[in-house]
Amino acid sequence: MTETLTELSNPHTHEERRWWHYFTFCTDHKVIGIQYLVTSFMFYFIGGALAGVIRTELATPASDVVSPELYNQIFTVHATVMIFLWIVPAGAAFGNYLIPLMIGAKDMAFPTLNAIAFWLIPPGGILLLSSFFVGAPQSGWTSYPPLSLLAGKPGEFIWILSLLLLGTSSILGAINFMVTIWKMRIPRMDIHSMPLFCWAMIATSALILLSTPVLAGALILLAFDLIAGTNFFNPAGGGDPVVYQHMFWFYSHPAVYIMILPFFGALSEILPVHAKKPIFGYRAIAYSSLIISFLGLIVWAHHMFTSGVPGWLRMFFMITTMIIAVPTGIKIFGWLGTLWGGKISFTTPMLFGMGLISAFLIGGLTGVMVASVPFDIHVHDTYFIVAHLHYVLFGGSVLGIFAATYHWFPKMTGRMYNEFWGRVHFAMTFVGLNLTFMPMHELGLLGMNRRVAMYDPRFQNLNLLCSFGTLILAISTFPFIINMVWSWVKGPKAANNPWGGLTLEWQTSSPPSIENFDEEPVMTSGPYDYGLGGKKADFSFLKPKRPAMAGSVEK
Amino acid sequence: MQGSALNQSQSTLNISSQTTPGHSEHPDLRMTGMGFFLVAESMIFIGLFAAFLITRSMVEVWQPEGSEVEILLPGINTIILISSSFVMNRGAAAIKKNDEGGLRFWFGLTALMGAIFLGGQAYEYIHMSFGLTTSIFASFFYVLTGFHGLHVTFGLMLILAVLGRSLKAGHYSEHHHFGVEAAELYWHFVDVVWIVLFILVYLL
Repeated sequence: MTETLTELSNPHTHEERRWWHYFTFCTDHKVIGIQYLVTSFMFYFIGGALAGVIRTELATPASDVVSPELYNQIFTVHATVMIFLWIVPAGAAFGNYLIPLMIGAKDMAFPTLNAIAFWLIPPGGILLLSSFFVGAPQSGWTSYPPLSLLAGKPGEFIWILSLLLLGTSSILGAINFMVTIWKMRIPRMDIHSMPLFCWAMIATSALILLSTPVLAGALILLAFDLIAGTNFFNPAGGGDPVVYQHMFWFYSHPAVYIMILPFFGALSEILPVHAKKPIFGYRAIAYSSLIISFLGLIVWAHHMFTSGVPGWLRMFFMITTMIIAVPTGIKIFGWLGTLWGGKISFTTPMLFGMGLISAFLIGGLTGVMVASVPFDIHVHDTYFIVAHLHYVLFGGSVLGIFAATYHWFPKMTGRMYNEFWGRVHFAMTFVGLNLTFMPMHELGLLGMNRRVAMYDPRFQNLNLLCSFGTLILAISTFPFIINMVWSWVKGPKAANNPWGGLTLEWQTSSPPSIENFDEEPVMTSGPYDYGLGGKKADFSFLKPKRPAMAGSVEK
Repeated sequence: MQGSALNQSQSTLNISSQTTPGHSEHPDLRMTGMGFFLVAESMIFIGLFAAFLITRSMVEVWQPEGSEVEILLPGINTIILISSSFVMNRGAAAIKKNDEGGLRFWFGLTALMGAIFLGGQAYEYIHMSFGLTTSIFASFFYVLTGFHGLHVTFGLMLILAVLGRSLKAGHYSEHHHFGVEAAELYWHFVDVVWIVLFILVYLL
């Protein structure tokens, strides 16, 4: 597949990337972006295979495919891979690839740091997977002590090391995003004419910088408990396990927004282009990202309503959590307003984008339900939570990753993907997703516990339905992989601006030359000025024009 | 600033801007990056301090018999570390006046004070009446001071690196001294963390 990258010739490219550049310590943000994306997809398939084992085991009430111990290891690694090696790096992938192009910069602020951040990911991932040789961690991705201190110390320790590596990578990436967006925009692009994806990445990076280090602190203390015999979180020695939960969720709740905001941003790019309409409520969508970030930092204890936190604290966290529905609702309203009356073309990115809105809406609404203390106590640790989190992370983030992958595929590779198989992929994914996770709501309300290999036989029919949905999801990845690989190698050449987008990444060649733009790009219109008529209408994507005195841009 | 100059300044961001003319015309992005890095760093300490305070409020016997800490030596250490920040600032002020000798002198003195601080901490560890696992307080004591000590060590290495580079005449000058400023900012950060840590662990 990669050998043919050399074929991606382009008349505007002075120098080309060779296929082996993608396997080296390369400081080009576009190479790093693709490295991130391909790596995270690899881990997605690994995590997906683990999910396949989980659903196969759960097809019957008995523990017949894997032992309960192995089952524990598999769901722990499944979650860790999907969160830290798939969705978080996939967000960084698009951040790396798109931010400099969108703001007209030649590269990120710190290219070497950027490459270092990427190259921390493969060791972190391999380390985590290698834990299967010594007994992988069994205590869930949350690793609550004292459970995590009792079951399988080597695996647990490897898990901690792996997360510290991945967290460091994430922090270094966030520093780069912040400085690049803040300081390297072309002079005429002020903060309010910046693409919404950049706003989303500011909100994401702020969360990473403020919350990831706290997880690192918790993991350091947990590691001491594990190997040095301290008792920070061990009640047997007088420690308090709830302190760990506070520190853990101070990262891991914002992590939900770290995982969804980049794709909210991508969606705000995709919808206007494929509906040929200006985004509805630019500022509302932009600032709602920041509000979500802020609120995301003060809701963490809603994961701990059953951990014995005092009543006033429960009340506080219940209210702040419910308030998050407001900025999220503003975004959804903005997206629907964008679609309303637009000239919608049902391309694959658009289909995935609409899928995201509808599936995430379900996850968001169940989120408001579990924010309420009495309801949460009822469904805590049941499959209702599993359903909720998968509607948010699969229905939101994963559909968003697919939408963004299809949307920017022509830009990244210079080739066009196959639209028919893209639509087949969407249809199967959307059906599979709902079939897998919708019945879990019912299972949870009926009282089926999560994280168990065996269950009461009366839950079997619904479980079989979930497992069948997973089979569809598994099959759906084949049209995707074949489409991507085949199109990358043999697909028809893509135009520089196949969608007629107005943001700057569409004003350069596909794929962009090594330094992105042959001349410093000039904004000829706002990022979303589609079909505005009159003085603001400027279909410069049809005929790229540059002012004669490009050098006199001044601010 | 002309468009062409702007163009040039953007293209030189990737390579060391210390060697490019016109460096002083645009804000050095590396200091901004350093600032964001220190935000992340301070969140680790804030997380650990929060864990310390919450645990303290939960545990019945906080400092069991025999795990009291001595105040005198760490007190002297604190004074040395805080003063070193001011000493270091003189060095940074010197290079802004193109005084390389001044930079070397004041940074050398800072490094010495940092080393004394670390020596004092090592002495304190050796003569401590309790070990890492004696009590939760003891565990917090060693992990917090040790983690901070690691940061002091790293800061000391930065200062020594700046000193080493400053031996090459003209490496740092009035306009090109990112290394000096970054080391100084880091050292002040380590200093502020120590003040909070000292109050929490020794005085409270």
